[in-house]
Amino acid sequence: MSVLSFLKRREPVSPGGPRVLVPFTGGELDPVVLEAAIRVAQVQGATLVPAYLIVTPFEFPLDAPMQKHVGIAMPLLEAVEHAALRAGVPVDARVETGRTPTHALQRLWDAERFDRIVAPAPVGRGHGFTPKELQWILVHAPTETIILRPDPTLAEGLRLARTLEAVA
Amino acid sequence: MNRGRYRILVGMAAGVGKTFRMLQEGRQARSQERDVVIGYLEPHDRPETASLADGLETVPRLRTAHGGLELQEMDVDAVIARRPQLALVDELAHTNAQGMRNQKRYQDIEEILSSGSDVISTVNVQHLESLNDAIFELTGVRVRETFPDRILDEADEVVLVDLSPEELQARLRAGKVYPKERAEVALQNFFRQDNLAALRELVLREVAEDVEARRQPNSLEPLSKQAVAERILALVEPQPKSQRIMRRAWRSSQRLGAEIDALWVRPRGYAPSTDEATQLAALRRLASILGIHFLEVDGDDLVGAVKRIAGERGSTYVFLGTPDERRRVEILRGSLLSRMVRELPGTDIRVVADRAKREEGTR
Repeated sequence: MSVLSFLKRREPVSPGGPRVLVPFTGGELDPVVLEAAIRVAQVQGATLVPAYLIVTPFEFPLDAPMQKHVGIAMPLLEAVEHAALRAGVPVDARVETGRTPTHALQRLWDAERFDRIVAPAPVGRGHGFTPKELQWILVHAPTETIILRPDPTLAEGLRLARTLEAVA
Repeated sequence: MNRGRYRILVGMAAGVGKTFRMLQEGRQARSQERDVVIGYLEPHDRPETASLADGLETVPRLRTAHGGLELQEMDVDAVIARRPQLALVDELAHTNAQGMRNQKRYQDIEEILSSGSDVISTVNVQHLESLNDAIFELTGVRVRETFPDRILDEADEVVLVDLSPEELQARLRAGKVYPKERAEVALQNFFRQDNLAALRELVLREVAEDVEARRQPNSLEPLSKQAVAERILALVEPQPKSQRIMRRAWRSSQRLGAEIDALWVRPRGYAPSTDEATQLAALRRLASILGIHFLEVDGDDLVGAVKRIAGERGSTYVFLGTPDERRRVEILRGSLLSRMVRELPGTDIRVVADRAKREEGTR
């Protein structure tokens, strides 16, 4: 053990470096988009913030525990975190709730600072953001936003499997 | 003097039958030779309710003038002086007229209970203070008459008076809740099917939580608590890695069927930086989404604080991140882990690895 590491104090809390937000919803994050987001974070020396957006129906309070959605979000976040860390990119994952995906996004960026947003565009009848939601993101995002087109050759349902496979 | 027993009948909205049930229970108590009085009744011009009150003694109301109007309130002193075994008091969230000794009716009820009489009272879930924002979000209606959550907690019994939204709407249409002309407006607004379904969900959850809280009273010894169920205590700090600790704890809780508490032991006098405050807020949000109880305690002795909280909560598992203590501290005082193991005998301790460090090691 070096003298430096022997004397090293407790690791400082996040120094407030750049943060790249990758919001996703509906139980999948396209592997192409994930890889691109990781590269963007890598180039910028940024922390990747994968954020799973949960839509909470109006009959529940916004902070109600949503076990079914959480059951989908947790393994996905673990997988995304693993992929980012394997590429040497620090991760600070989030789960956010809202009445719609855009409401959840709004709540997230109202509470935290992000330097870049990487959002997946919809493909076919996928479960990601709709064109209307993407338009909203482009108009309201507080920072530079990149919309990435997922792999159009991947059929619905295969995408999630491919995401998990890519990072396994 | 022994405090009386307090039974609260709670419902999702007006018209589900709370007052009716209160009077039925009053009549039943009287048939069992108990001394029953009506302290206050809101008959809402409902003939069925009024007929059920017939024959039950009613303590005369206190009349008070306000802004040219005559208002009637419960005469709490008269109820106490009457010394009944059981007093029936409607609408505990009601705000009394100005000039009364107590601002709210639940305070009047507390005086009656203190005098030794039992009380049965009624309330709708939308009046619960902690649900005020949720109710506003769900219904668009800001409820002004609220009562503190502790009233439900302190009651001896909380009983749900339930009706399906469809049945309640049918009662409204039949003019059993409000006069027909008012009922139509109500059906278009507060009493819409979606509103009622949401309110019913809320009241069911509230009563279920109350049942759960009563099932595991604080008087249970820690050892008895362990026998009842597994419980996880996740130690967190305002750092990104704590998100992972909470997620890991949640996944384990799914297998164990365990409740989870997350604990941050904040060093005394410690003021979080802006980044740490953001991390804390994110941890609290994740906790609420995952159904985790988030606890914060002040203390400089981390192991001591964990030992105390684990004892109080009946924790059977402790989850923590990889300790990043200074080597000197480790040598002088023993590692955090070994102190945990020593101080928490019989508790499983799990260290959640820092993935970033593993990736560093394999690159």
